[in-house]
Amino acid sequence: MILIQTEDFDVGEEYRALQQASPGCGAIVTFSGIVRDMAGQQRVDALVIEHYPGMTEKSLQSLCEQAHQRWTLGNIRIVHRIGQLAADAQIVFVGVSSQHRAEAFAACEFLMDNLKTTAPLWKKQLSGDTQHWLEAKSSDDIAASRWHKQAK
Amino acid sequence: MQINIRFFALLREQLGCEHIEFDYQGERTIAALRHTLAAHGDAWLALINGNTLAAINHTLCQDHAIISEGDEVAFFPPVTGG
Repeated sequence: MILIQTEDFDVGEEYRALQQASPGCGAIVTFSGIVRDMAGQQRVDALVIEHYPGMTEKSLQSLCEQAHQRWTLGNIRIVHRIGQLAADAQIVFVGVSSQHRAEAFAACEFLMDNLKTTAPLWKKQLSGDTQHWLEAKSSDDIAASRWHKQAK
Repeated sequence: MQINIRFFALLREQLGCEHIEFDYQGERTIAALRHTLAAHGDAWLALINGNTLAAINHTLCQDHAIISEGDEVAFFPPVTGG
């Protein structure tokens, strides 16, 4: 299940929805991303998240299919918020269920690493009177590239 | 051929343009389309000088990818979601 929404999400509800959709699974791993209130020395008031409707869903669907091919998984649930999000707000939720924990941990990390480098979402940072678009980080590319090198 | 072109994030703001319907007569590759658009003005040089990514019909593509009638082509900066 992939949800792109302006509304906040409740991790407990997302977890329960994932659990209900995952009969026979012995492991659920979840990740939540939060808006940091500082970027280096700069205070962050909010992020504005823009996306490419249609392509975001398609690219996340493709990542889910790749994860299902790589690991034996029960279900995947991804929620990504868009619009203006204040510091400390939740941005993203990724939950993965599987029979055993190792696969759920690996798939959750795979999904987040590749979401950050392939899903068409962009962050603009608002700090006081200034605003600027964030640039992609090479550390994110490195984190995603390890999944391309490494076989299952 | 008629194509739709969309721009996002920093690139959209630099160009002051979100969407164009374009009657394109050039060579049918992303690389050739980039060069045609870059002739529109200084801001548009970002399409050939920067690290702008391209997608055809919601799928990321390389510069040698082929464009067809009715395609939706998008250009945008490297992504920063999550």
